[in-house]
Amino acid sequence: MNEAVLKNARNRSTQNQSQKKTSGIVQKKRMNREDFVVKSILFLCAMVSILTTIGIVAVLLVETLSFFKDVSLLAFLTDTKWTPLFKPEHFGILALLSGSVLITLGASLVALPLGLMTAIYLSEYADDRVRRVIKPILEVLAGIPTIVYGYFALTFVTPLLRVISPDMGVFNALSASIVVGIMILPMVASLSEDAMVSVPKSLRNGAYSLGATRLEVARKVVVPAAFSGIISSFVLAISRAIGETMIVTIAAGATPKLTLNPLESVQTMTAYIVQVSLGDIQHGSIEYKTIFAVGMTLFILTFLINLIAQWLKRRFKEEY
Amino acid sequence: MSIIQMKNVDLYYDKHHALKNITGEINERSITALIGPSGCGKSTFLRTLNRMNDMIQGVHIEGEILVAEQNIYHADVNVENLRKNIGMVFQQPNPFPKSIYDNVAFGRRIHGMRDRKELDEVVEQSLKAAALWEEVKDILKKPAYGLSGGQQQRLCIARALAVNPQILLMDEPTSALDPISTAKIEELIGELRKQYTIVIVTHNMQQAARISDDTAFFLQGEIIEFDTTEKIFHTPSDQRTEDYIAGRFG
Repeated sequence: MNEAVLKNARNRSTQNQSQKKTSGIVQKKRMNREDFVVKSILFLCAMVSILTTIGIVAVLLVETLSFFKDVSLLAFLTDTKWTPLFKPEHFGILALLSGSVLITLGASLVALPLGLMTAIYLSEYADDRVRRVIKPILEVLAGIPTIVYGYFALTFVTPLLRVISPDMGVFNALSASIVVGIMILPMVASLSEDAMVSVPKSLRNGAYSLGATRLEVARKVVVPAAFSGIISSFVLAISRAIGETMIVTIAAGATPKLTLNPLESVQTMTAYIVQVSLGDIQHGSIEYKTIFAVGMTLFILTFLINLIAQWLKRRFKEEY
Repeated sequence: MSIIQMKNVDLYYDKHHALKNITGEINERSITALIGPSGCGKSTFLRTLNRMNDMIQGVHIEGEILVAEQNIYHADVNVENLRKNIGMVFQQPNPFPKSIYDNVAFGRRIHGMRDRKELDEVVEQSLKAAALWEEVKDILKKPAYGLSGGQQQRLCIARALAVNPQILLMDEPTSALDPISTAKIEELIGELRKQYTIVIVTHNMQQAARISDDTAFFLQGEIIEFDTTEKIFHTPSDQRTEDYIAGRFG
């Protein structure tokens, strides 16, 4: 009898349990207010940056259009002088554009090959201990304020260059572009190295097992496989060089000039914008509007570079 | 005729003694299977034969390995040339992210072959030798990653054959493949035996029994028994070999 009772009790308890289990699995949906609120706030956060960008582009467009009411697009693109601040006024963007191009070209010549070689060294040659020291140093270098680089250009690199070539001016494109190159070098090295390190080891082993040397593995396997990451690092670096302001303002001079001679003093688009912004220019005047036209040109230039990079990445992509 | 002789080979990963006093001979134009439980040192040993362990930091090797009577650990050995003569196929198919053609031509190109016609010839011969030509002859310019796993592994074999090695090392070449691809690769290995010396690491004892002439049984960094496959699988002289073959541990 005792046993029967126990059995019953056990049965009941398992029944109870199973009842407990089945109820509560499916519940009615509650209006989840919390979800809605969180989602809305996050959406607004996302909108801040988008709206700001739209706002910037809109202002640029409006002021640029108004600039082109006074100056013809043809003159803007073909005139070789840029003298909006004194008579006779000329608005030839080429004079500023050549300054920016010259500096960016020089900086790229310094930073891209050196950065790529640094990355190859770190990812393929250096042993772990060396890498662990150098990688953080590169990242610290990437964080130095550009004003420091600017003074470094003016007070150290320029005097050094003038020892080699004494008739060079105090303000010259060469010094600025070397230092802009030094500034973007850590970025190229660090990002390219990230891309190379993420190439699977099995690919390297495949090449080594065929009798490839370290250099062959780096050149023919790792760099091609990491190509899209390397191109991204190049583009970011070039965009930063074009947009770089402090170094060129301090070291490159303030003479808009259509030249590709790095020994001369030039003015970049960014440095011009600084010069005008700091001066007492009347709001709404043609001088005021020039900075928007220059800004727009800068914007289009970086946009074009990004497009080219996208194309390059698609064209040479190796997927693994 | 033996082509490889190991003489008292010891290998250390830093302090860890991974291979202990490995001694033995590997016959020319034969298939030698290396079996044993995970972590027993069979893959490590395989990599000593083409010095792929050189890549790993902290590896230290003692003893001698003679290939065609030359000690491959002698200071003046050209390692790249050694690896050219001793090809390797890995556990996971690892084609380069390039076209099928460029994968096979890779080795020859780095060793200086530039002529288009010669390269075409090498690519065709190697793909035929790896029993892949019929499947890929019309898509040579397509990326290798479009191939199936089994095809990729045969491509890797073709890539290794293209540099004309004399010895082929295979590190569990079928462990990532389905049974049909495995059967194809085993058949291919049987064909290759006519021209190459093959050393194959395998987890699959049936595979070792099916394809190999000799078998070495590794346990905890030592070769317990190294004899003809026939002997190892039917009348092993060591109790541990018998237990492993019978599946009592592993």
